[in-house]
Amino acid sequence: MPNLTIGPRVRKPLHLHDKQLKVLENIATEIRVDLIDMLVEAGSGHSAGPLGMADVFVALYFHIMIHDSKKPNWKDRDRLVLSNGHICPIRYVTMAHAGYFPKKHLNTLRKFGSILQGHPESEKLIGSETTSGPLGSGSSQAVGMAYAGLLDKSPWRVYCIMSDGELAAGQTWEAMLFAGKNKLYNCTFIIDRNNIQIDGTTEDIMPLEPLEEKFKAFNLNVIRCAGNSISDFVNATEHAHGVSEKPTVIIADTIPGYGVDYMEYDFTWHGKPPKKGEEAINALHALRTLGGKIESEHE
Amino acid sequence: MTKKNKKQKGLNRNMHLARNILNTEKIKYTPTRNGYGEGVVEAGKNNSKIMVLCADLTESTRSLEFKNHFPDRFVQMGVSEQSMASIAAGMSLTGKVPFISSYAAFSPGRNWEQIKTCIAIQNSNVKIAGAHAGVSVGPDGATHQMIEDVALMRVMPNMKVIVPADSIETKKSTILAAKLKGPCYLRFAREKSPVFTTEKTPFKLGKSEIYRYGYDLTIVASGPILYEALLAANKLSKEFGIEARVINSHSIKPFDAKTLIAAAKETGAIVTAEEAQVAGGLAGVVAETLSLTTPVPIERIGIQDRYGESGTPREVQESMGLTSPFIAMAAQRVLKRKLGQRVTVIPEHISSADSLRIEMRRTIIEKSLKQAPKKWKGTK
Repeated sequence: MPNLTIGPRVRKPLHLHDKQLKVLENIATEIRVDLIDMLVEAGSGHSAGPLGMADVFVALYFHIMIHDSKKPNWKDRDRLVLSNGHICPIRYVTMAHAGYFPKKHLNTLRKFGSILQGHPESEKLIGSETTSGPLGSGSSQAVGMAYAGLLDKSPWRVYCIMSDGELAAGQTWEAMLFAGKNKLYNCTFIIDRNNIQIDGTTEDIMPLEPLEEKFKAFNLNVIRCAGNSISDFVNATEHAHGVSEKPTVIIADTIPGYGVDYMEYDFTWHGKPPKKGEEAINALHALRTLGGKIESEHE
Repeated sequence: MTKKNKKQKGLNRNMHLARNILNTEKIKYTPTRNGYGEGVVEAGKNNSKIMVLCADLTESTRSLEFKNHFPDRFVQMGVSEQSMASIAAGMSLTGKVPFISSYAAFSPGRNWEQIKTCIAIQNSNVKIAGAHAGVSVGPDGATHQMIEDVALMRVMPNMKVIVPADSIETKKSTILAAKLKGPCYLRFAREKSPVFTTEKTPFKLGKSEIYRYGYDLTIVASGPILYEALLAANKLSKEFGIEARVINSHSIKPFDAKTLIAAAKETGAIVTAEEAQVAGGLAGVVAETLSLTTPVPIERIGIQDRYGESGTPREVQESMGLTSPFIAMAAQRVLKRKLGQRVTVIPEHISSADSLRIEMRRTIIEKSLKQAPKKWKGTK
């Protein structure tokens, strides 16, 4: 086995100041609004997962990751692997906001010839890193990258987002064995723990708890955080960066459909978009007023 | 080709085939997988990006040689073929050139979807080395005899598929695969098989080679069964004066349609031979190509929609009609069809393999039961 024990790269502290946090939160709201518009236009696609993960994506693209949207193939970029490819709408909107491609492409989601495929394809959308959709293989690709990265003493890190329902796929655990064995500390797994999947709640369909203990038993460092709190997620990531003996898994507890009151916690919104008309208007209203907490400025 | 050349027959000297090629006693026997071990080491010397991943079968896939030469670039995966395919894809996305090695029954047998999603659609620079393919893994039985792999892999866009005929050609294929950009499937066998090509024998991706000239019919073969095809052609010539052209079609994809179409036009009848399911395998490629261009009668030697069973490699091959006598039968049948003569409904090479199989099961097991020790109520 190669010697993979080089020290972690020194990064800027990630701790957020109030002002920075406010900026990120505003981006997250804008992104959720664009997400709904995009899904309504596409007429199909997933709503609950993308809404729930908006804060994590904003934190990664606008604060945590070292990357350059103008140079998506820059060799020293941090890599974000999206294993649960079906939540790609949130990645697409975030990438558009980060400058990877013009926002007008958001109107092409799932249309013939689009760079924004129903499930992401790395050959079509440069910067999406991997092709995914069939669940369970993203973690393996991420650890493959991380292994090669350590072998070459590369400075970049790999982040891999997975869903909780996806953890029923055995391949995930093959990847965890590999990650633990090779102490891939440059790899951080982020679990979207929203407790829902297509057919119902994860604990009804194939119970995952005690989830932390499962990962610990695979020799991973485990952190649990509030996935809809940007500051909490950033802190968890900072913690993960500080662990150089093990890969880290961040279990981000998120609310599916977060920000749109009638979707929250409801598994039936896993795989469909709001319909044009009332549903869409209500969703956008909920997002713009932060669930009625503030008055709508424009509709 | 001049008129005189049209009547050309016999072995093609330009192919630099092994001496005493038709002498089954004198020819050297080596498993094709050995060529993989040698090839991947040579490729590794030329390119430091090459890595080998192996799913707990380091020695038998011959990945061990690479591990011994380049321990840092060898990755032990354990029994995780699905993860192995995806991990290799991840590595390739950082510029590495990974070879993933296991038995074909598990890779691509078990991880086909991961290969599709992470390697083929992504056009990842990953090479899939499937060892112990075909039925010549013998005693291990049907679960380990991979017969669907050629069909499975060739239907994948972006994927290249090479089925080398002996250990030397396997070595060449491995070195070639390392230089190619994009995914590639290499198929090897466990059992020793004749080494009948030489270092000088031409080998090019997407190019079939004529190993024997002939004008009555053409036998197209891929893999070690090509040797059986040469034996069959020799027998046909000596006993019946039938001159069969024999083509090595190692490159299933990209496929050399030109050489095949020329053969169909010039000989008017084709026999395919492979140690894989005929459905979708080499037979599939040949039938598809010819039906679109030059329809001529075709007979197919290969596995006829059935699974194998335990037995010595030779027994299993014979019971499935994969040896030279069956190829000769198929050749005679296709000739009859070419000449418009009547033929049986079920091809002779299939019906006689079927009856041989029943007979073999009976005699081999009877003998074995008889030889059981007395404590098991046998006679020994």
